[in-house]
Amino acid sequence: MNDPDAGGAGRSWAETAPLSAVALRVNDEVRRLEVDPRTSLLDALREHLHLSGTKKGCDHGQCGACTVLINGRRVNSCLTLAVMHEDDEIVTIEGLGDLDSLHAMQRSFVERDGFQCGYCTPGQICSAVGMLAEVGAGWPSHATADVASPRIALTDEEIRERMSGNICRCAAYPNIVAAIRAVAKAGTQ
Amino acid sequence: MRSFTYERPADARAAVAAASRSGAKFISGGTNLLDLMKLDIEHPSHLVDISRLALRDIDELPDGGLRIGAQAANSDVAADARVRTRYPVLSQALVSGASGQLRNKASTGGNLLQRTRCPYFYDTAAGCNKRDPGSGCSAIDGSNRIHAILGASDACIATHPSDMAVAMTVLDAQIELLDADESVRRVAITDFYRLPGDTPHLETVLRPAEMITSVVLPPPPPGRQLYRKVRDRASYEFALVSVAAVVSADQATIAQARVAFGGVAHKPWRSVEAEAALTGRPATMATYRAAADAAMRDAVGQGHNDFKIELARRTLCRTLAQAAQSS
Ligand SMILES: Cc1cc2nc3c(=O)[nH]c(=O)nc-3n(C[C@H](O)[C@H](O)[C@H](O)COP(=O)(O)OP(=O)(O)OC[C@H]3O[C@@H](n4cnc5c(N)ncnc54)[C@H](O)[C@@H]3O)c2cc1C
Ligand code: SF4
Ligand code: FES
Ligand code: FES
Repeated sequence: MNDPDAGGAGRSWAETAPLSAVALRVNDEVRRLEVDPRTSLLDALREHLHLSGTKKGCDHGQCGACTVLINGRRVNSCLTLAVMHEDDEIVTIEGLGDLDSLHAMQRSFVERDGFQCGYCTPGQICSAVGMLAEVGAGWPSHATADVASPRIALTDEEIRERMSGNICRCAAYPNIVAAIRAVAKAGTQ
Repeated sequence: MRSFTYERPADARAAVAAASRSGAKFISGGTNLLDLMKLDIEHPSHLVDISRLALRDIDELPDGGLRIGAQAANSDVAADARVRTRYPVLSQALVSGASGQLRNKASTGGNLLQRTRCPYFYDTAAGCNKRDPGSGCSAIDGSNRIHAILGASDACIATHPSDMAVAMTVLDAQIELLDADESVRRVAITDFYRLPGDTPHLETVLRPAEMITSVVLPPPPPGRQLYRKVRDRASYEFALVSVAAVVSADQATIAQARVAFGGVAHKPWRSVEAEAALTGRPATMATYRAAADAAMRDAVGQGHNDFKIELARRTLCRTLAQAAQSS
């Protein structure tokens, strides 16, 4: 029972399964991997592909730090298996933009101080990019008064509700909302 | 997490055949199953990935209803124009659940089969008849603030956590199933879930390798539909109590009403008692209170969750008042 490899939350069991081959398209590059089927997409990105921008907060879908875009949609990479994403298009914070060419959302977070420690930030930014696409497609949220209405007015209340899957331990929320609001405004002008 | 083998069958038939292997389990979005596997609460030895099966569509039915494929993501169902206009209670229930990221992954079938959020079910050091039959129920004499007030047993007082299933219950949804012998059957959602009785580990009537292929919604009932969820935080939190209601009022009289509760029982709780107390009655607060009393007549608190009985009453009254007002 005291064997550290004998299971428990988040730890691997000593048994090993045969490795599975999987090809992921990560940030526009095909990456071929051999992974234990237990490997989460998050661990594949961080430990196998060394894309450590994507963060592990809770590993249980409760914080949003691990958010990446899969085929354009925001998803928690901790609650999915790498082997389930053969040929899927995955974009991480590294793929959104880099120091020479920041994505509009990255730049807006910097300009408006949308973070303090920065741990939740890659997840916040990927989530915000996915969220604006959902608003663009007319998806309703819990803050939408009439779900039948095809048009969404992106109020601060809407932004907060739609971003509730991203927890910020530093509570940088006011500036996160401001950063997202600025990008949304610029996009519709 | 314990090791397992992984397989992605090409079609539904191959999937149910693969699931007939002992220790096999389906995986769709994985948002509930992987969480539970990480904690060693679920430990399948073989995963059958059904997330790519061609069961994503939402189709019109000749009678005016809709068929929602089991792989349709919660976000796609919530955003579907037909669901939003004809079944708004379903859209409202879906967007009140989980987070944007989770809804993008969570499937219709997986949502129906998500497991309880009872903290002792999650704690492998605690006795729990649902996780480990015969080991007792730690919640009955423990911390039971989120637990059931209706239909519970001496073996288990857990609740079903889904919001979506509550809306589907008020809409009289049917669940379509495919078995390993390729037989197909349809089960009404109210018959799909079981009460805990002395077998709380059996939550539905699903057979071992049976797969949910779709959910059929009959044509929308007349009246205004509304979902109201009460919880400890404003978002990204399970319901303490929720109400799905459909009310059609003619002048000041309620012609027809349907009511289902979430967060109160081992299954989404349709209240025929409340419905009977509403039909043909004046659309007034006195009627709503009488319906609430009828709905909660057999309610039993466990100590910490006593407040839920009054909360369920008030949530129902408020939902009915709002639905009747604008129907
Ligand atoms: C942090 C957090 C907050 C959440 N908050 C809410 C909330 O507020 N409200 C709410 O309703 N839900 C909430 N959820 C739960 C979420 O809705 C479920 O995890 C999700 O709907 C499960 O769907 P899935 O496709 O990911 O299922 P999976 O995890 O893939 O599967 C769940 C179960 O269903 C089985 N299964 C899946 N598909 C089929 C099928 N077609 N046929 C037969 N068996 C099948 C699997 O074998 C497994 O046992 C929350 C989850 C998290 C992690
Ligand atoms: S309420 Fe049910 S799930 Fe919770 S400890 Fe008791 S038996 Fe287990
Ligand atoms: S690490 Fe995935 S949600 Fe927290
Ligand atoms: S900036 Fe520190 S957690 Fe969000």
